[in-house]
Formats: sequence, C-alpha cells, structure tokens
Amino acid sequence: MINFQYARPNEVADAVRQIAADPRARFIAGGTNLLDLMKSDVEQPSRLIDISRLPLKSVEETPDGGLRIGALVPNTDLAYHPLVESRYPLLASAIMAGASQQLRNMASTGGNLMQRTRCYYFYDIATPCNKREPGSGCSAIEGLNRMHAILGTSESCIAVYPSDMSIALAALEATVRVMGPGGERTMAFADFHRLPGDTPERDNNLEPNEIITAIELPPQGFAKNHSYLKIRDRLSYAFALVSVAAALEMDGEAVKEARLALGGVAHKPWRVEAAEAALAGQPANEASFAKAADIVLSGAKGFEHNAFKIDLARRAIIRTLTQAANGTPQSQSSKKIR
Amino acid sequence: MVRTIEATRPISESIPTPPKIKVSLKINGDLKQLQIAPWTSLLDLLRDTLDLTGTKKGCDHGQCGACTVLVDGRRVNSCLTLAVMKDGSEVTTIEGLMADGKLHALQQAFIDHDAFQCGYCTPGQICSAAGLLAEGKAHTAEEIRELMSGNICRCGAYPNIVAAIQQAMSAMGGNS
Ligand SMILES: Cc1cc2nc3c(=O)[nH]c(=O)nc-3n(C[C@H](O)[C@H](O)[C@H](O)COP(=O)(O)OP(=O)(O)OC[C@H]3O[C@@H](n4cnc5c(N)ncnc54)[C@H](O)[C@@H]3O)c2cc1C
Ligand code: SF4
Ligand code: FES
Ligand code: FES
Repeated sequence: MINFQYARPNEVADAVRQIAADPRARFIAGGTNLLDLMKSDVEQPSRLIDISRLPLKSVEETPDGGLRIGALVPNTDLAYHPLVESRYPLLASAIMAGASQQLRNMASTGGNLMQRTRCYYFYDIATPCNKREPGSGCSAIEGLNRMHAILGTSESCIAVYPSDMSIALAALEATVRVMGPGGERTMAFADFHRLPGDTPERDNNLEPNEIITAIELPPQGFAKNHSYLKIRDRLSYAFALVSVAAALEMDGEAVKEARLALGGVAHKPWRVEAAEAALAGQPANEASFAKAADIVLSGAKGFEHNAFKIDLARRAIIRTLTQAANGTPQSQSSKKIR
Repeated sequence: MVRTIEATRPISESIPTPPKIKVSLKINGDLKQLQIAPWTSLLDLLRDTLDLTGTKKGCDHGQCGACTVLVDGRRVNSCLTLAVMKDGSEVTTIEGLMADGKLHALQQAFIDHDAFQCGYCTPGQICSAAGLLAEGKAHTAEEIRELMSGNICRCGAYPNIVAAIQQAMSAMGGNS
C-alpha cells in the first residue's frame, strides 16, 4: 500500500464535498474490497474517506410498503433483519451465499454493490488489463478465462461482476439512492451496473463525486416462491461460476409473474425481460422453464475455458425455477440441490 | 497474444506522509492509547506493535480466517480492518478469551476433541467460533460448517473442529 491521507466526515454532505474535491480519494466502508485491492496496488487512493460512521445504518419501511436499506447496513445485519427474512427471503438467501460470516459482518450494502471484478489479471498489475489500465489490452480473452463472462462481453473486457446480493436486488427491482454535490437522485437497479463496451474501467453509473445512501425495495417480495442457487468450485466461501435468483408469483399451477436474474455470467446482474414475459401464464413445468432458459442464453458466447458455463447456466435456471415454483428454496447451509 | 506492459504505475507518488493518528482501543480489557499510521491493519497492530502474536496472518487478503478477532463482539478479519477505523472499539483476541485463570469453553473443547494439528488456524477458528456462539444462528452440524467456512484449516481438522464447537455450545447452554 502507498501513503494515503485519512479523513472521517460526520455528515453525508461533508463526505460528498470531500470526494468531489479530490478525484483520487476513495470512500471506505467495510474495507473488504478496497483494502484488498490496495494491498495489490490496483487501487492507489490519495485519501481514504471513512464513511463507516455516517448515519446510514437503518432498515426502515417506506410509506408504500417497501423497505429502505441504509448503504452502511452490514451484510449480516441485512440478511438477519426480521423484515428481510420474512418479506424478502430471496435477498437474505443471496447475501448468505456470499463470502464468509466474518466478511459479511464487515461488508456494507453500498460496498457490496460497488465491489469490483475478481478477474485475476485485474488484480495482477504486471499484466495488461483494460479495466485497470484503459487501452493496455485484455489478458483474459485469450488467457485463463474459466471464471469469465458468457453474456454481454465486449472486445475490451470479459470480466464478471461478482456480487451475490446484487443478483437478488436485480430480481427484486430495487432502486439505488445516491447523493452528489447537486443533491439526491435515484437509479433503477438495472441502470446501475454497466456492460463493459469500450469503457470497461467504469463498472457502474455512479458518478465519481456521488455516494450511495440507500437501496429501496418495492413492496412485492416474492416471499412464497423464490430461490437463490449458487454454483461454485467449493461448497462455501467461493465466488459463483453461475448463480440464479428466481422469484415467482404463482396462480395455482401456473406462473403469474416471473423474475429471473443471473450472476457469474456477465459484467452486471443479467436479466432478460423477454424470458420473464415468456413464463407469464405458462404452466410451471420443465418445458416452460427450459424455454425461458433458452431465451436468457440465446446470445451466450463461451471462451476457451468457460464454454461449460452456458449449459451449466441453462440447467441452473431450470433447477432454480423449479425450486421457486415448488416453494422449496435452496438452503444455504445444506448444499444438497433438490 | 496480449502484449506485456511494464509496471508503470506510480507506486509512490508525491503524497505527503500523513501524520500518525491518535487511536484508543480496548484490547482484551486493557485501554490502549496509540499513535498509528493510517495504513496499519488491525492485524499488524496486534502482532507487530502490541506483541499479541496469537492472531495469525495467513493470506492477508480475507481468504483464510487465520486473523479472525472479535471487534465489539463481532468476528471480523483483522487483516482487512484498518486500525484507525476502529477507534473507540473493544477488541478481543485469542489471548483475551481466558477468564479467571480458566480456559474458555471453546479452548477446552478444542483440546478435548484434538481439533487441530499444526495449530496455525486455531486462534482464528476459536475466535470465529466465539463469534458464532454469540450470533446464535447455528444449531446443526451443517449450520456450524457453513457459518465456519470463513476459517480454512490446511490440516483438515474440520470434523474435530465441528465436534469441539458442538461441545462448547452445549456447555454454554446452546442447543446442538
Ligand atoms: C475472500 C473474499 C471472498 C468473497 N466472496 C464473496 C462472494 O462469494 N460473494 C460476494 O458477493 N462477495 C464476496 N466478497 C466480496 C465482498 O462481498 C465485498 O468485498 C464487500 O461486499 C464490499 O463491501 P465493503 O463495505 O467492505 O466495501 P469497501 O471495500 O469499503 O468498498 C468497496 C468500494 O465501494 C466504494 N463504496 C463503499 N461504500 C460506498 C458508498 N456508500 N457509496 C459509494 N461508494 C462506496 C468504495 O469507495 C470502494 O471503492 C468476498 C470478499 C473476499 C475478500
Ligand atoms: S476481462 Fe476485463 S478485468 Fe479481466 S483482464 Fe480483461 S479487461 Fe481486465
Ligand atoms: S490473514 Fe486475514 S483472512 Fe487470511
Ligand atoms: S490445524 Fe493446521 S491449519 Fe488448521
């Protein structure tokens, strides 16, 4: 790590002023991603603005019956919050599928959204990487790309976005509240993260002088029919190769409304509305689920070491939708996939 | 193939060396007034400055759990914690678990069940298990395994670690 200055503002507005004043400053919340990157010299901030004590730690019901989650609510507290457990169990499950309990105790809601890719080359400053050093090239396209994306890739970057929590937030159609020098604005979750295109150095649409203040969930929580299935190289404490968040509103044996989001396959949580629309009104059976999976994966493209992800994703989608329809969500402690 | 670039990044630009920062921490019950550089991890502070070498450094990147300590009662990875950010907190390390000259129930249980071989991961395992007991979310062996997955044991003592935690859990009145 290099030298950096340290500041601890007491108010959100002050934190925004400080970040706006210094383009090389970074916020630090839980520190679990930023410090890791600083130890590898991938991030070299001039100043750390410690936001961990800002008053953004509450989980509150909103007037419309939804939930507002402060950006500094730790991942563990969010997963165990009674309102999340009872009304948004898909979110609780996705959080518990990620990292370890120690890391979840430290990690914040906002930091989780902002976490950067785990692409090995991004972490290794001796190799070219367009995300870390725009214009230097992508080492993964013809390199070791087993963990990389199969959807939405570009010629400049094939990295995946690694968050589990965000896959559930995408399926639940959360909203992100941010504050900048000009005041507050909100972004639909689908508009928050970006595809790499020719600007892979930008992971998302948060401006450099903005802070995430909260995530808001709409009232509909899909508490009865949901599942988060995460497929990885070991049973716990590993990033997803493929993960699926499924949420259904059932009408007897038929699907009334469906939400489907994939992790581990793209530079952002992957949602295809046409696949969700194709499920509406259909019987909840393997044929309908397979059709939806085919729509989701229609544009998928594998690279030398990750082509297996396409079929893995297809099967994971069918399995997760089946779990959701049956009301038997994947348990995050028993790893048996039923 | 991709071209290789030299490590051209400015590793140390002209950022002035920041002053050390005053921090007070209660460590294993003792209040410490310290002056620390902002980049000092809680792990390095414990081991290098305070000579509390029970807490181990395995990976220094959050990947192994050897550095697990309790901060205000919650288990965290001290390698990814900046000490300055914890000003005013209470830290408990393996050295602080004993009370009244008696081993903590978890320490005794790890001995009873032979829950280690080389012992390198053990302080982190025990502090993590202390956090787990305080959380009260694990009831079955399966749940213990999942909620202890942040502690890697290279010797593979896992079955005995789970048995030790179950013993401590029932000794302390939890159900298992
Ligand atoms: C070994 C290991 C395994 C992991 N496994 C998983 C996994 O399986 N699944 C998973 O989902 N995650 C996993 N993680 C990642 C972990 O979830 C993230 O590191 C964590 O969520 C980041 O949150 P934080 O508060 O610690 O962020 P920080 O490290 O504090 O910040 C990360 C970034 O977000 C910015 N930031 C933080 N808060 C805000 C805000 N309010 N507004 C604007 N910018 C902000 C910071 O400036 C920084 O750039 C793992 C991490 C490690 C180290
Ligand atoms: S995939 Fe993206 S992050 Fe990985 S080396 Fe290529 S440009 Fe960098
Ligand atoms: S040393 Fe901290 S997790 Fe490995
Ligand atoms: S006892 Fe050797 S690493 Fe666990």
